[in-house]
Amino acid sequence: MNRAKILTKSLWVYHVAGATCNNCDIEILDCLTPRFDAERFGIKLVGSIRHADLLLVAGIQNRKNAPRLKELYSMAPKPVAVMAFGNCAASQGMFAQSYNRSLPVDQIIPVDIYVPGCPPRPEAILDAALKLIKKLRGE
Amino acid sequence: MVIQYIFYFLIFPGFLFILAAGLMVSWAERKLTARLQWRQGPPLLQPFYDLQKLFIKETLLPVNAYHSIYILMPLLAFSGMLLAGTWLGLLQFRLSGGFPGDVIALVYILTIPSMAVVFAGASSGNPLAALGSSREMKLMLAYELVFWVSLCIPVIKSGGLLGVDSIIAYQSENRPVLYSFSGLIGFMLALVCIHAKMGKVPFDIAEAETEIAAGAYIDYSGFLLGMFKMTQVMALVVLPLLLLEVFWGGANLLKYALVLLLIILLENTNPRLKITQVMRLFWFYLLPVGILGIFLALNGL
Repeated sequence: MNRAKILTKSLWVYHVAGATCNNCDIEILDCLTPRFDAERFGIKLVGSIRHADLLLVAGIQNRKNAPRLKELYSMAPKPVAVMAFGNCAASQGMFAQSYNRSLPVDQIIPVDIYVPGCPPRPEAILDAALKLIKKLRGE
Repeated sequence: MVIQYIFYFLIFPGFLFILAAGLMVSWAERKLTARLQWRQGPPLLQPFYDLQKLFIKETLLPVNAYHSIYILMPLLAFSGMLLAGTWLGLLQFRLSGGFPGDVIALVYILTIPSMAVVFAGASSGNPLAALGSSREMKLMLAYELVFWVSLCIPVIKSGGLLGVDSIIAYQSENRPVLYSFSGLIGFMLALVCIHAKMGKVPFDIAEAETEIAAGAYIDYSGFLLGMFKMTQVMALVVLPLLLLEVFWGGANLLKYALVLLLIILLENTNPRLKITQVMRLFWFYLLPVGILGIFLALNGL
């Protein structure tokens, strides 16, 4: 059995709330509700970066928290996957012209999958999680 | 002889048996919790997948940690739980008679995993871990006294026997300790105490995912976190086993399932208590009940 297959059978998610407007955060919590139930796929939300297998980066990375995002990525035990969550994280969205923006997430840390939407719907999040699992397994 | 003991420890009734049973039970717990919340729940092998994944992950050592203790403590917690589990398994399956006084030894051994969590959190060099280990210590202060008091009841009922094997033998000759007023009180108190020992939800103040982000475990990753998770999984089997042997004259699947159901229901119907509330609950409410149980036992009820 290869390592990617072992990893993807139990993805523990660490939620990096960048400078979000809280909309993405709420939609992430929706995935844990009875209607969507991410635990079916072994996906669990954890509170510590040391337990994480998937960094869920939400929100615009401004000049204050871009260095912290880099630090968080280096603190996570490898192998770890990264999901850029929402329009802000994927492409800076409506903040692309802001004076306080830094780089898009994929120029700060390597990103495996992008989920566009403002905020993305829970169906889109679960779809992205399954696509990510397939991608990591190389299917 | 030596090979036989290695077999006992590593395969049956030791490591492999307890771990396999614990993984099944931990799945049942998660599935039942999910069904109680109208969710679908994880697949059958999910606890196994979680452990397997932790063992392939990178193990990081924080710069500020006191490394020797930081590495030693997960192994100590695991070996303490394994020793207690093997011992209780040997008694349950009549492979060994233990020795007179092993109730006391077993309760001492069962404090090793909790103490290991305390030291692990303190050696992490992380403020939240230090908070978690301080809370775990206060939790131990709260439940240990009541646990000892509740275990006094079967000892008194059996006329001062201190060996698990002789208590089981006494109960098969007479009736189980549980079928009396004092035995029922003792069993209920001990059930609450092992719930606190396992750190399940009303007493998960030391772990507290939502407020101190896994507490003492916050900086652990990979293999070392896997050791702690394995200890927690094994505790689900080992602690109810002690209870069943001492109060109910040995375990079988039906009795074990009943105790497990009580634990899961207690976990799913209670919010987390604060540390002051836990102290008050154990010392001012449960301890007098335990002492009442001892008086009833002394009067033969």
